[in-house]
Amino acid sequence: MIPAPFQYEAAESAGHALDLLARHGEDAKLLAGGHSLLPMMKLRLAVPSVVIDIGRVEELAGIRADGDDLVIGATTCHADVAASDLVRSQTPLLAYAAAQVGDPQIRHRGTIGGSLAHADPAADLPMALVALGGSMEISGPAGRRTVAADDFFAGFFETSLQPDELLTAVRVPRHPGPDWGYQKFVRRANDWAIVGVAAAGGRIALANMGPVPVRATAAEQALAGGASVADAAAMAAEGTDPAEDIHADRAYRQHLARVLTRRALEHQKG
Amino acid sequence: MQIKLTVNGEPRSDEVEPRLLLVHYLREQCGLRAANVGCDTTSCGACTVLLNGKSVKSCTMLAVQAAGQEITTAEGLAAGGELHPVQQAFRQEHGLQCGFCTPGMVMAAAGLLAENPHPTEAEVREGLEGNFCRCTGYHNIVRAVLSAAGSMSA
Ligand SMILES: Cc1cc2nc3c(=O)[nH]c(=O)nc-3n(C[C@H](O)[C@H](O)[C@H](O)COP(=O)(O)OP(=O)(O)OC[C@H]3O[C@@H](n4cnc5c(N)ncnc54)[C@H](O)[C@@H]3O)c2cc1C
Ligand code: FES
Ligand code: FES
Repeated sequence: MIPAPFQYEAAESAGHALDLLARHGEDAKLLAGGHSLLPMMKLRLAVPSVVIDIGRVEELAGIRADGDDLVIGATTCHADVAASDLVRSQTPLLAYAAAQVGDPQIRHRGTIGGSLAHADPAADLPMALVALGGSMEISGPAGRRTVAADDFFAGFFETSLQPDELLTAVRVPRHPGPDWGYQKFVRRANDWAIVGVAAAGGRIALANMGPVPVRATAAEQALAGGASVADAAAMAAEGTDPAEDIHADRAYRQHLARVLTRRALEHQKG
Repeated sequence: MQIKLTVNGEPRSDEVEPRLLLVHYLREQCGLRAANVGCDTTSCGACTVLLNGKSVKSCTMLAVQAAGQEITTAEGLAAGGELHPVQQAFRQEHGLQCGFCTPGMVMAAAGLLAENPHPTEAEVREGLEGNFCRCTGYHNIVRAVLSAAGSMSA
């Protein structure tokens, strides 16, 4: 399938992308790796009249350390996040999550910023950012703002990004220790999680257990209060309202959340 | 609009519609028909080509996104009529049956070996996770890639 016609603009810088967004308003869509937007445009689920390509804006890509944080440019592709020595040593959970996205070809094109802005509740990176307590750096006509991952995801495929704003980078606190776990339950290669769990330090994030990546707060509080891993994990599905689909009904997803949380808290990777 | 890019080592300049997919540009405008359209949904890998040496699925990329970049298709792998070691190995190890997945498999394998010249069997299987063979000839495909890795480092 071929997308409906659109006007194409290649942004030359972050500032240029913002100008183009301001000029074209809500009819415009940013294009990063295109691995969520192009499939949606082929299916006419998205029909932007203007596409602003930020895929080759150099200042938006790259990974650097900044004090206690790593800063990852929005258009850094999943493969580069997964392979980065800095990410692998300082926030191994994030490198692991990036390596779980789709397949090698998808990881060469899809970007961290695109994945977060797309905000699929079943996706890997939104869950990872919530587990790590990361934040989003956003530029818009009113200047810059930073939004914590906990507040960024507003609903099913919805974020606090405004149509004239650009996600420029992602900020992740260093979490170099071995006390993290990652569980992605799938039935097919290169698929999204039926349920996913990422745990780091005392934080636990769940994928596909609601319209946004959610924290398993009851389990986190139990852990903080000295409960065993098994007892804390038994509370992982409390307060969740997962959707039902051909892969799983609500009760099965909640069961998976408890089992996978226990494994993640035991620092298993899978 | 006008795009300038390099395809199989040759600089090109072409007029394209922004919505033209890279795979259709390669097949119809460049006459390079190795990359196939299998699923058209980023799943099967039959359309895999190299973008600046990295494997990508050309059904999920616009031709305009390739402006200024280097594309390699299976046609461009064989230098001066000499088969690339991966192509040679697919022939020797019987890594194809109907052949539909083969150009994509070969490009994904070439991309994999460029990133990881000495993969284990498990790494080959994971590295080809994005490519389906509906003849299910995976065993010989993996064997071919391992054999190519051996001959390229020899
Ligand atoms: C077959 C297949 C399998 C996949 N499997 C997985 C998986 O297992 N796990 C997983 O997590 N993901 C998976 N994905 C999705 C993949 O991670 C995408 O790369 C990602 O969701 C989108 O990133 P992108 O750069 O391609 O964004 P695009 O498609 O370019 O953009 C997506 C959306 O984000 C907006 N956007 C992009 N960049 C910015 C920015 N900097 N600022 C503001 N808005 C922006 C766009 O306007 C658009 O609305 C899969 C995709 C495919 C096609
Ligand atoms: S045709 Fe592109 S992945 Fe199947
Ligand atoms: S050889 Fe027929 S699909 Fe792979």
